[in-house]
Amino acid sequence: MKLIFEKSVPGRHSSLLPACDVPEVELDASLCRQEALPLPELCETDISRHYTQLCQRVHGVNCGFYPLGSCTMKYNPRIDEEIAALPGFTSIHPLAPADAVQGCTEVLRLAGEYLCQISGMDGMTFQPAAGAHGEFTGVMLIKQYHDARGDRARTKIIVPDSAHGTNPATAAMCGFEVVNVSSTPDGCVDLDALKAVLGPDIAGLMLTNPNTVGIFDKNILEITRLVHECGGLCYYDGANLNAVMGVVRPGDMGFDCIHMNLHKTFATPHGGGGPGAGAVGCKDFLKQYLPKSAILEGEGSIQVRSFMGNFLVVVKALTYLMTLGREGIREAAVNAVLNANYLMQKIKGTFTPAFDRICMHEFVLDLSEFKKETGVSALDVAKSLIDHGMHPPTMYFPLIVHEALMLEPTETESRETLDEAAEIFRALFEQAHTDPAYMHQAPHHAQIGRPDEVKAARSPVLRWNPA
Amino acid sequence: MGSYVPATASERREMLQAIGMSAETELYADVPQAMLLDRPLDIPRGMSELEVRSRMEALAAKNKQYDVILRGAGAYDHYIPSIVKYIPAKEEFLTAYTPYQAEMSQGILQSIFEYQTMICQLTGMDVSNASVYDGATAAAEAATMCRDRKRTVTLVSAAVHPDTINTIRTYCYGAGTELRVVPCKDGRTDPDALAQMLTADVASFILQQPNFYGQLEDAKALGAMVHQAKAQYIMSCNPISLALLATPKECGADIAVGEGQCLGMPLSWGGPYLGIMAATAKMMRKLPGRIVGQTTDSEGNLAYVLSLQAREQHIRREKASSNICSNEALCALTAGLYLATMGPEGLKQAAKQSMAKAHYLANALCEIPGVSLKYNGEFFHEFVTVMPKQEEVLAALDREGILGGLPVEDGILWCATEKISRAQLDRAVSLVKEVLA
Repeated sequence: MKLIFEKSVPGRHSSLLPACDVPEVELDASLCRQEALPLPELCETDISRHYTQLCQRVHGVNCGFYPLGSCTMKYNPRIDEEIAALPGFTSIHPLAPADAVQGCTEVLRLAGEYLCQISGMDGMTFQPAAGAHGEFTGVMLIKQYHDARGDRARTKIIVPDSAHGTNPATAAMCGFEVVNVSSTPDGCVDLDALKAVLGPDIAGLMLTNPNTVGIFDKNILEITRLVHECGGLCYYDGANLNAVMGVVRPGDMGFDCIHMNLHKTFATPHGGGGPGAGAVGCKDFLKQYLPKSAILEGEGSIQVRSFMGNFLVVVKALTYLMTLGREGIREAAVNAVLNANYLMQKIKGTFTPAFDRICMHEFVLDLSEFKKETGVSALDVAKSLIDHGMHPPTMYFPLIVHEALMLEPTETESRETLDEAAEIFRALFEQAHTDPAYMHQAPHHAQIGRPDEVKAARSPVLRWNPA
Repeated sequence: MGSYVPATASERREMLQAIGMSAETELYADVPQAMLLDRPLDIPRGMSELEVRSRMEALAAKNKQYDVILRGAGAYDHYIPSIVKYIPAKEEFLTAYTPYQAEMSQGILQSIFEYQTMICQLTGMDVSNASVYDGATAAAEAATMCRDRKRTVTLVSAAVHPDTINTIRTYCYGAGTELRVVPCKDGRTDPDALAQMLTADVASFILQQPNFYGQLEDAKALGAMVHQAKAQYIMSCNPISLALLATPKECGADIAVGEGQCLGMPLSWGGPYLGIMAATAKMMRKLPGRIVGQTTDSEGNLAYVLSLQAREQHIRREKASSNICSNEALCALTAGLYLATMGPEGLKQAAKQSMAKAHYLANALCEIPGVSLKYNGEFFHEFVTVMPKQEEVLAALDREGILGGLPVEDGILWCATEKISRAQLDRAVSLVKEVLA
């Protein structure tokens, strides 16, 4: 479809503002823009149609199954959106006086209480704008803690080789050297490998549990104990919290700080890439290091962005937390795990799970044998799923499984949806044996065929230019 | 209790049976049993939608909504056209994830490509990313882009927003690099101080235009100084002001950043906002975050994809240019939509009227005996006054539903936008006059 710029007609516009009712002001010419401002010129009908066409070329959770592993694509309730759109929240200036924002501060306080209970932490900040931003904040807590003690020898952070890429990237941003520890064949932390790297130079460990292959690490208490014994702190990446909320708490696993993705676990929508929110919780002894806004609360602390964070996302998450409450939170986790195990069981007759055992909220398929047999890759299967109206699982992650497809159905999918998905997988498994060529070319009925990513990277076209 | 789980009790039993289990607790057999919660969470019971609605509406009602907002300082109350509120609420845009699968995400990808283009048009820069979290993190990420082994120090003007400075300071602390603050003189960056501070170890200098006090900096001259010292020049801009002001490109910036909230996002007590980042072609492969590129598909048709991913954390891990993963895509879509809706003339009107109204307000306030401008340089839509009884003035305005300017140091930082009518400005001025009479 055409770009918005190609629909522009000189002189076309909407009537939005009245004439200026005060005298105009001219700036010194040296301060003024000389180059043209070539924004598109359209009327409201053009714009409405353009964006409606665009939205018809998007697959959201509302459109269909979206089992994108590690992304927790659960249904985003409409009430949450309506509440976050209340003028009593949207029209509030971040620097309005304290007595004018009592409702906003109450939202943060309540959300903090819920999340401290769920995570087993004592303090919470909502300043981080996303999961990776929460990781940055959490590791900066660890850094401040060691620095405040004058313990400057702790220059390394341990990250398992199965970790999401944001973990090592975060540790590096915080000035730490990354120590990768290998996983056992079932994707858990290799205790011997961990012991081998522990020492006085270790600042901490970053870990998600359940881990990135969807397995709960049984040795978690031993792991956090060992790290603490050597003087390090333990950071919990909350990416997989949906599996265990209300069942077991990261604080009780021995973690000192945590980030939670409000846009995954607590049902706020992801908006095609954001905004999310990465609430960061910590135990009492780290509370003094939580970030603050310099303009609102004075200097002297770390700060990871302006003001108080993605406030409206917190409003949505609180609406969700209040709705589910004490029983609903646990019910969501249990059913996320049930749905994942049910789907894995149904797919197992065809594709092979990387780990044939109980999974948590997600599981990984290992297609390496299947590829050897049929020549059909994980990518081919993923692209074929698109033709069936299903968003593909996460591909080629975690890195420790070859030809990986990672499925996370979430608790908000019905049994029929899971049954249908299993049928689609079965059909593709058979097709791979009868007509693999067709799958190499998939998708056949999507918005576009497979894009040429190499060309995109080699000769980048990153903006429209007039012909 | 509220629930979004579709499976009925009997379905759950059948599903458990299908996986060879008889009780839900068996799902957690891997969890050490001593660690399992042996009691319900200490949080309230769940509620129906109707109950939650009234609870949340009551919280919203506890906030004070002002009729007139004369406060900016990094968050600006511009007019948001109706369509700019409606389109981003479309469920497909709202509920999609990052467009990893281009074949079913062309709508999101194209919206980002269009946003990137509009940011280039606005700033004059060559290339834009798909957004970062906000203006403060955009500045911090830009500083990171400029550092190398020899040049590790970041300079920032003292007239940059305090939250931005503090965020950059935190990112520098993380990276183990130094941030030095260039002092101000008369509300603007002191060029003599900058000249002295541009040592051989300086990687970049960050300027805000208009600056925190609303003053317009001599951005071209400062940029020339920075380049003479072989450092990089980062400009933090107010995107609406760029309809009128010299672009970062015209000022010689290597990287343009900015807070995009004013492009169609409500104040929302501070977020979600939008971090704008654009750069010269030379800096392209150092940009953090998502970037959408145009390519062709297997049939030769135009297609859009997430591109240049070799910079990113999922490929480079600890060697990535940033850890950023989620960004503010829906806010970027909103900003693109806002810019297309306003068009070049509408955006110029919003900028011109904001500037005109701020000057009208400044003039009217300064006609009151005892009130004067703290700084005498040219300004866009914010300015600082000095007056007696500041607290009483702000309290009097507050009682009448007007959020006055922000107390800063020994003055008040005021802001006006196109949203405010002359009658509302006159009303505010007469209230100030009454207090000071």
